[in-house]
Amino acid sequence: MEEIASLLSGFGVVLTPFNILLMLVGIVLGVVIGVLPGLGGANGVAILLPLTFSLAQLPGGKTSAIILLSCIYWGALFGGAITSILFNIPGEPWSVATTFDGHPMARQGRADQALTAAFTSSFVGALLAVIVITFFAPLVARFALSFDTPELFAVQFLTFASFVGVDRAPPFKTIAAMALGFALASAGFDSVTGTLRMTFGFNDLVNGFPFLVAVIGLFGIGEILRTMEQGLAFRGVHAKINPKAVIQTWGRLVRHWSTALMGSFIGCWMGIKPGGATPASFMSYGLARRFAKNPEAFGKGEIRGVVAPETAAHAAGTTALLPMLTLGIPGSPTAAVLLGGLLIWGLQPGPLLFIEQKDFVWGLIASMYLGNVVGLLIVLTCVPLFAAILRIPFSIIAPAIMILCAIGAYTANNAMFNLWMVVMFGVIGYVFVKLDYPLAPLVLALVLGDKAEEAFRQSMLKSQGSLSIFWSNWLVGIIMSLGVLLLFWPIISRAIALARGRTRVADAPT
Amino acid sequence: MPKQAQFRWTRSLLLAAGAVALASAPAFAQGWQPSKPVTFIIPAGTGGGADQMARFIQGIVSKHNLMTQPFVVVNKAGGAGAEGFLDVKGSKGDPHKIIITLSNLFTTPLATGTPFNWKDLTPVAMLALDQFVLWVNAESPYKTAKEYIAAVKGGADRQFKMAGTGSKQEDQIITVALERITGGKKFTYIPFAGGGAVAVQLVGNHVNSTVNNPIEAVAQWRAGKLRPLCIFDGKRSIYTNKVTQTMAWSDIPTCKESGVDVEYQMLRGIFMPAGVTKDQVAFYVGLFQKVRETPEWKKFMEDGAFNQTFMAGDEYAKWVEAAEKTHFELMKEAGFLAKK
Repeated sequence: MEEIASLLSGFGVVLTPFNILLMLVGIVLGVVIGVLPGLGGANGVAILLPLTFSLAQLPGGKTSAIILLSCIYWGALFGGAITSILFNIPGEPWSVATTFDGHPMARQGRADQALTAAFTSSFVGALLAVIVITFFAPLVARFALSFDTPELFAVQFLTFASFVGVDRAPPFKTIAAMALGFALASAGFDSVTGTLRMTFGFNDLVNGFPFLVAVIGLFGIGEILRTMEQGLAFRGVHAKINPKAVIQTWGRLVRHWSTALMGSFIGCWMGIKPGGATPASFMSYGLARRFAKNPEAFGKGEIRGVVAPETAAHAAGTTALLPMLTLGIPGSPTAAVLLGGLLIWGLQPGPLLFIEQKDFVWGLIASMYLGNVVGLLIVLTCVPLFAAILRIPFSIIAPAIMILCAIGAYTANNAMFNLWMVVMFGVIGYVFVKLDYPLAPLVLALVLGDKAEEAFRQSMLKSQGSLSIFWSNWLVGIIMSLGVLLLFWPIISRAIALARGRTRVADAPT
Repeated sequence: MPKQAQFRWTRSLLLAAGAVALASAPAFAQGWQPSKPVTFIIPAGTGGGADQMARFIQGIVSKHNLMTQPFVVVNKAGGAGAEGFLDVKGSKGDPHKIIITLSNLFTTPLATGTPFNWKDLTPVAMLALDQFVLWVNAESPYKTAKEYIAAVKGGADRQFKMAGTGSKQEDQIITVALERITGGKKFTYIPFAGGGAVAVQLVGNHVNSTVNNPIEAVAQWRAGKLRPLCIFDGKRSIYTNKVTQTMAWSDIPTCKESGVDVEYQMLRGIFMPAGVTKDQVAFYVGLFQKVRETPEWKKFMEDGAFNQTFMAGDEYAKWVEAAEKTHFELMKEAGFLAKK
C-alpha cells in the first residue's frame, strides 16, 4: 500500500541521532509540563515555539522542529496522569477522570499499578489513533467537515448522558452538584452575545471560573484538607515498590482489552472535532462503568477506571492533530499553537500539505509512532521513582503540593485572583466530600457547560429556534438518540430486567 | 520548581544569544534599554492571529538579537481581551510591558462596558493592518460580491448565514455594515471562538459566507474549497505572486469596485502602559522598525496578505482616535453598545 511506503520513507527522515535526541528532550520536557497543573501542553509548546525558529531553517529542520514540539505534547499527555494518581491533582483537564480510580489505587498502595496502567493505556490509545491517521487521514478529514454545531452539541449531550448516574450519590445530590457546575460555568464572558454576565462588576471574574483552577482546588486542596484530618499521613505510604509491577500489571491489563478498545474508539472520534480529549475521557469512563458487570467497583480503585479515560484522552490528543494537518483547523489548544508554528516555519497546513510537503507530513506521522514508544519507555522506567514520591513524609510533601497547586492555578491565566479561587474551591471540595455530595457531576458541568451551551445556542441561531435541528440528518440524529437512550438507560434496563421476571433488580446499573 | 527551571532554561538560552549579540554586533542605539525581560501581552487566545503575530515577533527578535532582554509572551484572553487590557492599564509607568491589539481594543469596552480605553495606554506603533475578505464555498453559484449581495437581497430575511469570530466584534461589525446594502434583509450571524472554526463551517457548507482574515482561509482557498469574492480595503492587495493556480491576492477585487461599498481593516498595533517616558516609547518604535526589515517579517506579511502600513507617534495616535470613533458609530448603529 502507498501509505506504508510513505510511512517507511517517513521513518527514514526521522531516524537520525539528532532527531532521536530531540525526541528524548521533548518527551522529558513534556512530562514535566504535564505534571505541573495549569501549565499545560499548549502553554509548554507556546513557550518553546520561538526556539524552533532557527531550527526550522536548517535542511530538514522543519521535521526536527515538529518532532520536538509534538514530543512535548506526547510527554504532557503522559505526564498529566502522574499527579492525578499520586495526589488527586489532575495535571491536565483530561486527567480529571483518571483521578476517580487512579487515586484510590494509590491510596491502597497500588500506585505503581495505577501508573503502569495509565501509561500503557495512553500508549495503546495513541497507537490506535496514529494507525487511524496513517491509513484513513483523508476519510477522517471529510468526516470532520460534516460536523456542524448541532452535531457538536449532540456529542456534548452524549458525554453528559453517558456520565449521569455514574456515581452512587442520591439523585438530588447529583443534580445539586451539577446545577452548581452549570452556574459556575456560565459566569464570565458570554461568547454568543459578546457581553459579560454574572461577574457582578468584578473585573477579576471576566475569565469566569477556569476549569483547571476549580479542579486543582476541588481535588488537590480538598484532598490535602481531608488527609490532614485523617492524621497527617498519606495512606499507602508503606506500599512496597515492586520492580516487577510493570510486568504484572501488563498481565492484568490484557484482560481489559475491550475497555481499551472502546476508549480508543471514543478518543479517535472525539479528537477529530474540537471537543477533544477532556470530554472523551469523561465519556469513556462513564461508558466503561455503565457497561461493567460490577459498576460498584468503580471509584474505589478499579483498574478499568484508569484504562478507559487514559486510552480515550491519548487517542483524542493524537487525532486532534489530524484536522490541523489536513484542514488547517486545530482540534485542541495545543494543536492551535502547533498550527501557528507551522505557519511561522513557512508551511501551510491544509488540504495541500499532504501533497506539497510529503516528507514533513510522513516524518511527523513516523515520529508519532516513535515518540510514543520512546515516551512509554521513559515513563515506565520512572514508575518506581514516581511511586516512591508517596514515601516522602506528609509534612514535607504537603507544602510542596500546595505550592504546586498555587503555581498551577496562577499559570492557568497568570492571575493572582486564581489563588483565592483555589482556596475557595478547596473548601468546597472538602465540604462536598464530608456531606457526601459527588464532585464528578460538578466538574463535568463546569468543563462541558459553556461549550455545550455555545453549541446549543449556535444551533438555535441556525434553526431560528427549532429543536428539530437535532434530528435534521442521520449523523446528529443518531448521536442525539444515543444520548437520550443512555440518559434513560437506568430506567430502561430496569424495565428490561423486570420484563424478564428477574428479581435481581439491584444489579442493574443505576 | 521545575516550571521556573524550564523558564530559566529558555531565558538563559535567550540571554546567551543576547550576550553574543552584544559582544559581536555594533552597540545598540543610545537611550533607554530594557533592564529585565519584557512581558508581551496578547489579549486573545493561543493560536489566533494576534497570538501568531506576537510569537512570530518574539522569534524574530531572539533570532536576530534585536533586544538584550527576552520577550515573555503571555496570553490574557479573558472577557474578549479585557483581562489583558486591564492588566496594562493597571501597570502605569512600567516600561517592561507591551500589548498587541486587535479590534477588541475598541469593541470590548464598548460592548461589555469594561472600564478601559486606548487613552489609558500609550500608543507605540502600528505594525500592519489585517485584511478581511468575503468568502463563499467554491461550490456555491456566486462568482462576485454583487451576485451574492443580490441573492441576499432577493432571499428571505435571515436566510443567509454568516459565520464569524466572536460576537459584537470585527466580523459582526462588517456583517452589519453589509446589511446596509441588502435592502433590509439581515444575515443570521453565528459567532465562533476562532477563525479556524469559522473557515470549517464554510468549507463544510454549514453557512453561506464568512469574512475571514486572509491567513485564516488561505489554505482552503488554495485547495479549491473556498472562493474569495472581494477584499474590504480601499485598494487591491499589493501581493502579485500567485497563491492558487490562477489567482494572486492582488486579483481579488475590492468590495467597492464590486459595488459593495464597505471598508474595514483591523489594527495590529502595539501599546504600552500610560506614564512611560519618550525614550522608552522610542526604544520600542525602533525595535519594531528593525523587526519590519527582516526577510521573515516580509514573508509573513505576504503570506497573510497584510496591509503593511506602519505608523508611530502622533500620526498613530490620530489614527487610533479616528478608528475608535468609527467603531463607536458602527456599533451604535448596530445596537451593540453596552447599556450603562
